Amino acid sequence: MELNLTQQGSSFYDFIRVEHDYLLPRFQVPEGVMLSSVAQPPHGTTILALKYLEGVIVAADRQATEGYQIASRHIEKVYKADEYSVIAIAGAAGPCIDMVKLFQVELEHYEKLEGDVLALEGKANKLAQMVRQNLPAAFQGLIVIPILAGYDLRKNEGRIFKYDVTGGRYEEGDFYATGSGGKDARNTLKKFFRSGMTREEAMRLVLEALLDASEEDVATGGPDPVRGIYPSVKLVAQTGTSDLPEDEIRQICELLLSERRR
Amino acid sequence: MAIPFYVAPDQMVQDKAEYARKGIAKGKSIVAMDYGGGIALVAENPSASLNKISEIYDRIAFAGVGKYSEFENLRKAGIRYADLKGYAYSREDVFSKSLANAYSEVIGNIFTREIKPLEVEILVVEVGEEPEENQIYRILFDGSISDHHGSVVIGGQADKISQFLRDRFRDDLKLDEAIKLGKEALEAGQGGAIRESTLEVAVLDRARPGRKFRRFSAPDLRELLAKASLGS
Repeated sequence: MELNLTQQGSSFYDFIRVEHDYLLPRFQVPEGVMLSSVAQPPHGTTILALKYLEGVIVAADRQATEGYQIASRHIEKVYKADEYSVIAIAGAAGPCIDMVKLFQVELEHYEKLEGDVLALEGKANKLAQMVRQNLPAAFQGLIVIPILAGYDLRKNEGRIFKYDVTGGRYEEGDFYATGSGGKDARNTLKKFFRSGMTREEAMRLVLEALLDASEEDVATGGPDPVRGIYPSVKLVAQTGTSDLPEDEIRQICELLLSERRR
Repeated sequence: MAIPFYVAPDQMVQDKAEYARKGIAKGKSIVAMDYGGGIALVAENPSASLNKISEIYDRIAFAGVGKYSEFENLRKAGIRYADLKGYAYSREDVFSKSLANAYSEVIGNIFTREIKPLEVEILVVEVGEEPEENQIYRILFDGSISDHHGSVVIGGQADKISQFLRDRFRDDLKLDEAIKLGKEALEAGQGGAIRESTLEVAVLDRARPGRKFRRFSAPDLRELLAKASLGS
């Protein structure tokens, strides 16, 4: 590896595309072959985001499936993208994780080169370009569908962006959920969401939505008190990104489960 | 085709070195030193937006004196180098040693091959998990590289400032004491008071999780210096 003094621009993605093409997550399958007929890569499901009083809250279950099998019980689908944004991913686990990694480096790289952080809108657009680049792989079943949620320091509010497979980027007003259990989670969110929820109310609602999704959707993992595996939850507020402590998540999940016990 | 005049190689090297030294001597200096919690970098910089000190990676920072456009270009190349390495391997695999060597190589090549050498002097510093593991590399305009412990100075008045630091520096200084000492050293170098608003200060703070680099805003700096003068 050597120093490159000729490269211009502040994008890490552009840098490796031009200079180190082999590092780009690109998935080429020979023409006429469907990847799904050869192998079934693990998929992750059910991610959601919701606005609350102080910002935005993002959560996901922990399960990955390979067809009818469970690939992992404790995969991570919610990642801190930078100090003020969080990315959650649904779809083929490998490409998803690659995209998150590249996106994290992209944001940090820009911040260090420019001495300034990208606006949340800029981050959302950058992610849209990455999802669009993945379209050929999506035709092979390697779909990556992220949610980007963050705190907009200029507008002083939490914001949620959802994506489609072509890189289409749409802003959501209050909440959003996607993945195989996304529709079920969305139903719960839709019923109980109100604007200006406190941190406690929002936490309970996202975990309840995930619990409902896990009851209706086989690919979504529910809280697992036996193994001590619970959904992951991250918050983004004016003070930055934080993890919801696992203890707190466990307590709320146990409460929700006990309410359903008969 | 005109035949170029013959110039003896040692003459050429000497001329280039003199040219580069002259360019650097015009610039203001930067002090880097260990303190109890990490490594502090103190520079005199009248510009609030054109920085001389910068973050490279989790544990690594960069500082440059001389021609801004040239060390800025080196800084960006260093960030690309580090981010690429961290992305291709892992974050733990990014070390200052290999970066400093890469700088040394590229600056040295420019010195020998190009007509105009770079008019820069740079520092690559890395904070270790333990104070003994701190690393400070200084790279000169001709690519020559040296490693330092405790404190180091680059820029026009480096000798004068180093001398000032020699008796006063201790590696167990508190953050505010270290920054105050850095300021005084720079003042000794140029023989006059330096206003706080023209100081650029950043640290690699060992206690920070992940990215250790922290730049001090003007109010933070004022508070720190006020604290230091209360203590003394």
